[in-house]
Amino acid sequence: MTKRLLFSAAAALIVIAYPLVFSSPFQQRLGALVLLYAIAASAWNIVGGYAGQVSVGHVVFFGCGAYAAMAVYQHFGLPPIAGVPLGIAVSVLIAAVIGVPTLRLSGHYFSMATIAVAELARLITTNVEFLGAAVGLSGPTVPRTVLDLSFTSALPYYYLFLAVLAGTLALTWRMERGRMGYYLRAIKDSERAARSLGAASGRYKLYAFMLSAALTSLAGALYAMMFGFIDPESGLGILISVKMLIMAALGGAGLLFGPLVGAAILVPLEEVSNNLLGGRGAGLTFVLYGAIITLIARFQPGGLLDLVRRRLPRRSVGSGHAA
Amino acid sequence: MSATFVQVIVGGLLLGAVYALFSSGLTLIWGMMNVVNFAHGDFVMLAMYTAFLVWKLLGIGPAGSVPIAALLLATLGVVAYFALVRHVMRGPMIAQILGTFGLALLLRYSVFWGLGANFQSLPDNIVGGTFEVLGIRLQASRLLAGAVALLVTAGLHLLLTRTLLGSRMLAVSEDATAAQLMGIRPDRMQAIAWAIAAGATGIAGALIATFFYVSPTVGETLAIIAFVTVSLGGFGSVPGALVAGLLIGVIESLSAFWIGAVYKDIVVYSLFVAVLWFRPQGLMGKA
Repeated sequence: MTKRLLFSAAAALIVIAYPLVFSSPFQQRLGALVLLYAIAASAWNIVGGYAGQVSVGHVVFFGCGAYAAMAVYQHFGLPPIAGVPLGIAVSVLIAAVIGVPTLRLSGHYFSMATIAVAELARLITTNVEFLGAAVGLSGPTVPRTVLDLSFTSALPYYYLFLAVLAGTLALTWRMERGRMGYYLRAIKDSERAARSLGAASGRYKLYAFMLSAALTSLAGALYAMMFGFIDPESGLGILISVKMLIMAALGGAGLLFGPLVGAAILVPLEEVSNNLLGGRGAGLTFVLYGAIITLIARFQPGGLLDLVRRRLPRRSVGSGHAA
Repeated sequence: MSATFVQVIVGGLLLGAVYALFSSGLTLIWGMMNVVNFAHGDFVMLAMYTAFLVWKLLGIGPAGSVPIAALLLATLGVVAYFALVRHVMRGPMIAQILGTFGLALLLRYSVFWGLGANFQSLPDNIVGGTFEVLGIRLQASRLLAGAVALLVTAGLHLLLTRTLLGSRMLAVSEDATAAQLMGIRPDRMQAIAWAIAAGATGIAGALIATFFYVSPTVGETLAIIAFVTVSLGGFGSVPGALVAGLLIGVIESLSAFWIGAVYKDIVVYSLFVAVLWFRPQGLMGKA
């Protein structure tokens, strides 16, 4: 136990000290991006990993958050952060529209519905002038007050994202340890258990989905604040969904620290390949992502942390799976 | 009814027949082994590029590209089954969905990377221009695609219901263990199902390419259309897919005609959400 505590303290210290030690703008920005994607992937993990319902259209919630933040600025002159509650409310509503009918059916319906709704949202947004149509919406270029959360350096973003990630993981951890985590594990492990729980099984999956949607929306809002701009491709494109699920799956879906590990591997990889290969790199990066997802599914569905955990049978790495 | 209106309906039916054909492949796999192939739309995309390349390199139209694409895609289906699907279908749900979804990305972005993101198209007159029947203007390419797709879909239905092979495949889908005891090899039947399903996307893709834009990301749109078709038709049912495919073709044409071309996908995707809410077992299916 002390060993584990020591390990956790060391890990926390590294994460807090990273942007001070690696202090070039590129390194700080990279660190902030890793944390931002870790938030989104951890949010995905709640429904995709813990509840075992694979969303392939999670970008719709990300987009709600991002668009709400930019819309309240552009149309009402409010700081983008004021759009966060709106984005969360819309996301939870959309989660209900998808989740209520599909979570009673087999998991395929859920996956198909998420991808269709995400595309639907992208198509509608592209045609709605209020949401900037194909051009998109921008945030404040010059911060009016600190409330605008518009900084030139990536350092403030790094700590902001770190705080949000810590909150997300703490929430996930509490869920995992509580009644909801217990139900979700039972449902995931056995179809029969799920059926014997009856309506409760669908209800807990729906709660997980709504919580996941709300946190993903928050990640979208943070993204929009950092980049100060959102358009249908960056806010609602399918590739954002792909990033969330691949990071969680690579690190370990259903494990607390899985998405963070996945983000820490894939975000630098993508930055490097984009820098080395330029525009052509984008296509190649996603060829690679496709290959990685396929290989994980085929050989290691539990992800990397699951592999490590099985190698170290007595210590639980990542999430304590009621060990 | 004005001639334009009839023309819109006929156009929708012809397009819908092609939707029905490639959706039949998806519904066959889903009904038989409870696997949803998320790469299904990208299979169609590959077939479209096959048709495009066959024309570009060899100068041959659909008479050559349809059989080539069918053969190529059927082979891909068998390879995908043995290399991937057979393994992930026994694993957890997440492995199953991520497996075919990863394959979709791999195919889509390999084409994107190798051939570029530009929209391509075959020449308008590759099948023989436009002609007029009873005041309705018809594109020969659409007529050919619709007619062939109808025939192949009907043939597929007969194959599944009237032949020994079809009965064997049905036996495997009902109870793989019992089928095995009767001397039927589930593995082989499922591989054949993948060959048939992917071969159907090959034919459909090569046909649709004669009048549809060809791009690396077209598979996503087509996959969602196939999801709507299969859900509406009831999973596992080829006749259901046929009716649903024709219906969706008509709905798409009418919404493009009445509301505007950019809104046709919005209407079809919304229809999907409505089906899930109100009729998840499909129009003709049982729960």
